Amino acid sequence: MSVAASANKPRQDRRRRLLTRRDVLTLGLMLGIPTFIHVLLVWGPALSSIALSFTRWDGIGGLDTIEVIGTKNYRDIATIYPPFYPALRHNIYWLLFFIGVATPAGMFMAVLLDKEIRFTRFYQGALFLPVVLSLAIVGFIWQLMYAPEQGLINNVLGRTSQANFIDWLGDPSINLRAVLVAASWRHVGYIMILYLAGLKSVDASLREAAAIDGATEAQTFFRVVFPVLKPINVVILVVTVIESLRAFDIVYVINKGTNGLELLSVLVTNNIIGEASRIGFGSALAVILLIISLGFILYYLFQTFRKEMR
Amino acid sequence: MSVTERLNRPAVTAGAAEAVRPQRKRGGRALLHGFLGLTALAWLLPLLWAFYTSLRPYAETARRGYLSLPGTLNFNNYATAWRDADLPHFYWNTLVITVPALVLTLLLASFVAFGVSRFSFRFNVALLMLFTAGNLLPQQVIITPLYRLYLLIPLPEFISDTGSLFDTYYGIIAIHVAFQMGFCVFVLSNYMRTLPNELTEAAMVDGASVWQQFWRIVMPLTRPALAALATLQFTWIYNDFFWALVLMKSGDRRPITSALNNLEGVFFTNNNLIAAGALLAAVPTLIVFFSLQRQFVSGLTLGANKG
Repeated sequence: MSVAASANKPRQDRRRRLLTRRDVLTLGLMLGIPTFIHVLLVWGPALSSIALSFTRWDGIGGLDTIEVIGTKNYRDIATIYPPFYPALRHNIYWLLFFIGVATPAGMFMAVLLDKEIRFTRFYQGALFLPVVLSLAIVGFIWQLMYAPEQGLINNVLGRTSQANFIDWLGDPSINLRAVLVAASWRHVGYIMILYLAGLKSVDASLREAAAIDGATEAQTFFRVVFPVLKPINVVILVVTVIESLRAFDIVYVINKGTNGLELLSVLVTNNIIGEASRIGFGSALAVILLIISLGFILYYLFQTFRKEMR
Repeated sequence: MSVTERLNRPAVTAGAAEAVRPQRKRGGRALLHGFLGLTALAWLLPLLWAFYTSLRPYAETARRGYLSLPGTLNFNNYATAWRDADLPHFYWNTLVITVPALVLTLLLASFVAFGVSRFSFRFNVALLMLFTAGNLLPQQVIITPLYRLYLLIPLPEFISDTGSLFDTYYGIIAIHVAFQMGFCVFVLSNYMRTLPNELTEAAMVDGASVWQQFWRIVMPLTRPALAALATLQFTWIYNDFFWALVLMKSGDRRPITSALNNLEGVFFTNNNLIAAGALLAAVPTLIVFFSLQRQFVSGLTLGANKG
């Protein structure tokens, strides 16, 4: 590394001298303006969330009415805020379902579709179609499937009378699972596309070598292809986690995230647009979401930028 | 391994394997097709069901039940949904937000990507990480302070009737640009790094300014990545539900995806109309699927495969 750096040095110096003062100004603005916007609207609020989580503020008075109250918001969340534990549980359940079922299903479909058999384009297109739709529209489309009296599923099961229908989205003991099926409808295709691109990049000679050595297809995948695809695996893990934590639209269009469909994202939102605007409290909930996601984000950054950081 | 060896090998192994177990292979293929075919149909079913429901008059489905053979099929529900839910109005809102957001995101992200990929500053990696990580935050982590910030940032009355960034198209455009820039900077800087350094170096020796290097040399060569990103970002910005829900209070300013939330209020339990309305709102993204699929996929995979 040090050899390369010193070899680069004269070249860099030459380049820098070639930049006029106007060039330096241009570069400064090209880097400065976007960074300013990004920091002001993304990182500024993210860090303010942390600061505000230790305060009480109803947002009606000016900034000087913000009152520092230490960790009270966090203690209240843990002790006297009933929707918190269900929401946390649902988020964790969502995460585990995506990591354990939806994402592996997407990877499995990618492996099958990588064989390039006939009609692959049709199969692939069908799985991929929901990926372009918004989760709000996915919510509407699946409401048509799940509706108690008019929905396809109950009609096929013959359970459409008031007495015996299954209330897929209204019954809090099953509605989270029903929503996860709907969300997976989109997620599986998403993962399939990402993974398929990874599989196509695997050097064919690796598989041939494994085949010559007598490895079965499963062995080839798990012992050869999967380890080689580590960079893609990292991306897929992070995409899965972040999508699970962001989940909001689909439960919001179904029942505004209540009655068995509470999620941390919904609780944060309710503390802003609900009747009571509790900024400190909402921020504390957001910080909990931040802490869960930050571990995965840092892991991703480390894996992705490791080479450059050295 | 030499080139010839690499070219010969697959043919030999494939031929040998087929000779040994042709029977088993054919059976496996049929099974595979069966499985994939059924899965594909199951995947299409929700959309087909929505489409079928949307084509039938409400009165007929109420009489015969939803799972019944069709008597009448027509596009009347689409006409009704289009008119009653005031969809043209919301399409317009979407257009006003999406086009500027898309152009600004790509332009500003190209600036940063150009800077970090063509010049060696000490803070390059840190800057890239800042943008990449920013795009991975769940939106809800930043929404509470952002909401307050929007109320605090003043805009002149003739631009915004709220006197602030809150409840304006500008506000929604700004957050899309700030948030989506992260992903685009990551993808574009990886792409620009693959362009040979000699191109800009030669131009620099010839006295081209930084701006000329960017606009005349690097940007034209980045076109394929920009096209892919534009398709992907159009879909993502179009599909946004959350920002416009929280950062706007006037229902009639919201883009179509967020306005869907009112659909059930307008049509109550008329599932035929809800199906038609939801499918109408999906049309632009379905156009992406049918005509720009390659661009969309390459946008996604550019982000996943670091160059």
